[in-house]
Amino acid sequence: MDSMFEPLHLSRRHLLQLAGTFASALPLITVRPARATPAMLASAIRNVVGEAHVQAGKVRLDIPPLVENGNTVPMTVSVDHPMTPESFVKSIHVFNEKNPQPNVANFFLAPSAGRAQVTARIRLADTQKVVAIAKLSDGSFWSATVDVIVTLAACTEEMP
Amino acid sequence: MAAALVNVPAKARRGAVIEIKTLMSHVMEPGYRHTAAGEVVPRDIITSFTCRFNGAEIFRADLYPAIAANPFLSFFTTASESGKFEFEWIGDNGFVATASAAITVE
Amino acid sequence: MTPRALLAVALLGAALPALAGEIATADRRSGYDFMSPETKAMQDDDTANPAMLSVLDGETLWTTKAGAANKSCNDCHGAVDVSMKGVAARYPAFNAASAAPVDLGQRVNLCRGQHQEAEAFAPESRELLALTALIARQSRGMPITAGGDPRLTPFLARGRELFVQRQGQLNLACANCHDDNWDKHLAGSSITQGQPTGYPIYRLEWQGMGSLQRRLRGCMTGVRAQAFDFDAPDMIALELYLMSRARGMTIDAPAVRP
Repeated sequence: MDSMFEPLHLSRRHLLQLAGTFASALPLITVRPARATPAMLASAIRNVVGEAHVQAGKVRLDIPPLVENGNTVPMTVSVDHPMTPESFVKSIHVFNEKNPQPNVANFFLAPSAGRAQVTARIRLADTQKVVAIAKLSDGSFWSATVDVIVTLAACTEEMP
Repeated sequence: MAAALVNVPAKARRGAVIEIKTLMSHVMEPGYRHTAAGEVVPRDIITSFTCRFNGAEIFRADLYPAIAANPFLSFFTTASESGKFEFEWIGDNGFVATASAAITVE
Repeated sequence: MTPRALLAVALLGAALPALAGEIATADRRSGYDFMSPETKAMQDDDTANPAMLSVLDGETLWTTKAGAANKSCNDCHGAVDVSMKGVAARYPAFNAASAAPVDLGQRVNLCRGQHQEAEAFAPESRELLALTALIARQSRGMPITAGGDPRLTPFLARGRELFVQRQGQLNLACANCHDDNWDKHLAGSSITQGQPTGYPIYRLEWQGMGSLQRRLRGCMTGVRAQAFDFDAPDMIALELYLMSRARGMTIDAPAVRP
């Protein structure tokens, strides 16, 4: 976050304090509930993959590394695998580490998809890991993990 | 009926892989926010989206509170024959919305 | 506020330079220019821009009969893409009946009262945002022309006065950020020039649509000032000044902003 700062004719410490007053000026909606923990993330993944081994690879997860607003984060997940009736991507499961709950979405694909790629917009409450796991028709699981930095909006406002 | 924007090409060549884009108007209230008075705002989200082509399911999604307001989903399918795409969003508090789009495959 | 934070704010007030004046025409940039490629892409594609849901809503409202007169917008104005072309680019505009400027939302509500004999839509209501989004979209790509009417001169002067007037516990004027420091950041966010080219906007922070008035109220709350009431004369004067300050810039409504 430091690299985002360009001093406004005064020291970084003062600026940081100013930013702090902006971010905390309001009583409101940003009261964070208990967050999903890495243990919850692991357990949510277990619910999908069972005891199967998840291999890294094949899956590509595109999320901007630095998002402008955690309320609406564009995400594209794609799997480098053919889509034929004999061999295809059956489903893609997206998880996060620090939202109040670990599941983001499950996508179920048909071989007729032609391309195993889905785009959605997600919420990220904080800087965290996002994990996508693909299940292939042969029962194997593949995954990708990305780290996303979520900056807090400088000025928030009350819920209307 | 809630506003929905669905984008499917009107025409496609047989065998072409086409992109389908959908936007549904919905607050996706996650159920974790508090009002200024400290009360939890109850969860109100879309939990499921389905796309069928000529009656057969071609794409389905389970959605959680981590999906942003006004859910946007885009995905692909192979144009095999002319017909009708049907879209269905189902959510909390009895929310149901549908939309459809026709395609001509040549 | 803690004493430390108070001190920081006081120092900020003292450290900021005197007003540097207006941004040179060639240096003006809309909020769009400050956005990430992903957010720009969201705005650029009508089938992915969430503000288009509101435009869609507006299209329905445009042809829906309302009020005691049982008339729709379309009954008087005809097709929106013809009759409303360029209209949003010249608002706020002078309203002779009240001898004051009205913004686009107020214009819609005047129409509802006078011609449809219907109740006004509430500020930030779904309906008002939908109709103004639909109307604003008909000016997309056109240059802003607001503020040219000589009858607006005193209101423009008032708007400018408000823009440079320090306010709130942080003692900041709009100009301190948006004229003098628009090339900097505040925490992770760009300080933009505050050029209102795309209202009403879909703001990611709001996860919904909002008017320029809502955005300005957010700014005022941010500097810990008492926000102007919706539709207050000073609010309209400030909107008018901002639109006139952006004169010649291109409308990109309904825009997406972070």
